[in-house]
Amino acid sequence: MATKSFSIDEVKENFQEINIEEDERKGYSGLIVETDKLVDFANILKNKMGFDYLSSVTGVDYLPDNMMEVVYHAYKSTGGKPMEFKVQVPREKPVVPSLVSVYPGAGFQEREAWDLLGIKFDGHPNLKRILMWEGFAGHPLRKDWHEAYYEEDAKPYKSRWPNGRDVHLAEDRNPYKKNVVYPKDFDPDKWNPEGEDALYLGMKSLQKDDDLKTEQIIVNLGPQHPSTHGVFRMVVNLEGETVKKLEPVMGYLHRNHEKIGERNTYLMNIPYTDRLDYLSSMSNNFGYVLAVEKLMGEKAKPTERAEYIRVIMAEFTRISNHLFAIGTFLNDLGAYFTPMLYALEERELIMDIFEATAGSRIMCNYFRFGGVARDLPPGVYEKMRDLVFDRLPRKIDELDKYLTNNELVRVRSEGIGVLTPEEAIAFSAAGPVLRASGVPYDVRRAEPYGIYNRFDFKVVARNHGDVYDRYLVRLEEIRQSILIIQQALDQMPDGPIINGKPQYQVRVPAGEAYGRVEGPKGELGFYIVSNGKPNPWRYHVRAPSFINLTALSKMCEGDKVADTIIILGSIDIVLGETDR
Amino acid sequence: MPENINSEGYDIPPEMQQTVAITTLDKIYNWGRKYSAWPMMFGLACCAIEMICTAASRFDLSRFGMEIMRPSPRQADVMLVSGTVTKKMVPQIVRLYNQMPEPKYVVAMGACASGGGPFKGGYNVVSGVDKFLPVDVYIPGCPPTPQALLHGLMKLQEMIDKQSIKNVRWYKREPIEEIPIPILGPDLIDPRDLPQIRSNLHAEKNLGIKEN
Ligand code: SF4
Repeated sequence: MATKSFSIDEVKENFQEINIEEDERKGYSGLIVETDKLVDFANILKNKMGFDYLSSVTGVDYLPDNMMEVVYHAYKSTGGKPMEFKVQVPREKPVVPSLVSVYPGAGFQEREAWDLLGIKFDGHPNLKRILMWEGFAGHPLRKDWHEAYYEEDAKPYKSRWPNGRDVHLAEDRNPYKKNVVYPKDFDPDKWNPEGEDALYLGMKSLQKDDDLKTEQIIVNLGPQHPSTHGVFRMVVNLEGETVKKLEPVMGYLHRNHEKIGERNTYLMNIPYTDRLDYLSSMSNNFGYVLAVEKLMGEKAKPTERAEYIRVIMAEFTRISNHLFAIGTFLNDLGAYFTPMLYALEERELIMDIFEATAGSRIMCNYFRFGGVARDLPPGVYEKMRDLVFDRLPRKIDELDKYLTNNELVRVRSEGIGVLTPEEAIAFSAAGPVLRASGVPYDVRRAEPYGIYNRFDFKVVARNHGDVYDRYLVRLEEIRQSILIIQQALDQMPDGPIINGKPQYQVRVPAGEAYGRVEGPKGELGFYIVSNGKPNPWRYHVRAPSFINLTALSKMCEGDKVADTIIILGSIDIVLGETDR
Repeated sequence: MPENINSEGYDIPPEMQQTVAITTLDKIYNWGRKYSAWPMMFGLACCAIEMICTAASRFDLSRFGMEIMRPSPRQADVMLVSGTVTKKMVPQIVRLYNQMPEPKYVVAMGACASGGGPFKGGYNVVSGVDKFLPVDVYIPGCPPTPQALLHGLMKLQEMIDKQSIKNVRWYKREPIEEIPIPILGPDLIDPRDLPQIRSNLHAEKNLGIKEN
């Protein structure tokens, strides 16, 4: 339940012509806007009221009410509470005006909603599937769409433990291959997969703007390519070596996080969030438990000690993520693996702390509603102190010394992949990408969560918005994280680590909640709709890696093809989160 | 030499033991291969992060002669399937496998590659890479720790060591069949199932005619 930052009458004043109502369902908040007037509404919201940053767009399928809803969360880039607004459309004909003209950052998110929920966005310039392939049958996140291994709507599946024992495997219930149903009239001999051709064709139709005899060629990078950080793919139209147009293609690691998340119970989802951005599992846990705790209210308020442990873990995650990002970035620049070894050496020490505390190096599954899973084992506190008071600051300075003023690094990365502040906000960029463009927006400051308002730290921002600045922002953020951990270690009290007894099944009252944290990659948001059952009705992840890519084409156009690699590296994507 | 490759029962004069070995062809062939099994530089998901950590200095893959990761399948010997195999990706994975020269090995790293793992139920997830490729070693874990990965690779070396030139598939007379590349239809289609799908379709059509 987002706390209201505005009174409805105050808001209504701005919208004389447009019908808006308050969302009065129990546990809900925000505004419901007339569908036809959505674009006008957004224009006023952005230009008159200053909500210039559209954070998240997603759809919800309210099957029992026969209605689809599109939910938007907009913010002011100067900080503060969200403006949440929705449009509601009938399920049979879900058409909503596209907001790309007002907020270009909605581009990919609207495509995702089309792909997974089948909501049509009128006026979207490129409304194609984004995570699944063109030609895939159905819109999988619809509540009446069943996957091949479907058994029941919600876990735990009774069919697997019919008598509370006798475990059945998924394959026993639902043999592989037999479970796939093709559409009735599907004829494999007439099947013509259109997606690929259309993609390449779309790239070809470009006008040349000079009369040099350079050839336009189309280059495909990925999904198996050593520099795309996983299974990401870009199709580039080149003139000579200059990028004319770039189209990102993704979904090669689409693991159906949201569909699975809606079958899971609330608790079961925590380990799944680890696997979103698998370089920073602790931060993902943080965002998710925050969203659910908002719904659960007071009874899930984390204890003091847990709050401190959470901050410490989240900041260690940021350090380890940024170290990895800097290492791979240098890899992309061509400094093959040596800087990476330096970065990984420090990261391993952090992994040791995670392993000692949570039991696993990268899949920590550590946060719980109202606290954390385990207390710090003996010796870990000292290890942490040693790391942040002594070793890490030294090592970061060392990295800094080797890299920051290196001639090659600077020549390759200065002035490359520039994103102006206005563009960064318009494209809903987040995290280091946004801050390197000169917008000092950090959720930890803009809308503090947990106990972040108790710490003294700087929001790092720089002004050039190029690849080099993104690197510098990350380096400096490591230092700030070290500062935060130092303060947290000094202040951390003793006490219980979880509010009440750890529970297997939590009670979550009906309603909606949007929890967001400043993950290492940017604003990580979780939008959760509960209907009071043990499983979330809707579970959506606002993935910074995914949304930051919206600006990729913009950043690459006009640069050389070799630079696309480092521009992509500087966004720091993780495919687990991009594709979910 | 890290180990004795001499066959038993031959006396080699002590002064020559450093330079001469009497051994079988199989032994020397496998000995060479198992310490130069180059993995393909190919990461799919979370498990790839542990693979990178394994390659880095702390765990150091180069102790096994495997540090040279090749981005091109044409130069690789081992495909480490490190992560969730999705339906959208599997055509590429099969294509990459087909492009690798023999001898080639597949290691399924982690729960996902072995059987779908936590994401098995997903609509875009293939429940295990062995639905399409012949897997030589499975490594359990989610993700397998670097130690577990190393153990798996040592198992692979053991397996290589047991092969014999006499009957390995790449020296057989008959050509090795490529694995047909899956098709992205309304759902994933394994070309090997096409006859079945066709006959289902016809059965349905015939059914339709009867009803008319
Ligand atoms: S086995 Fe686990 S760690 Fe490995 S790819 Fe699958 S989910 Fe990720």
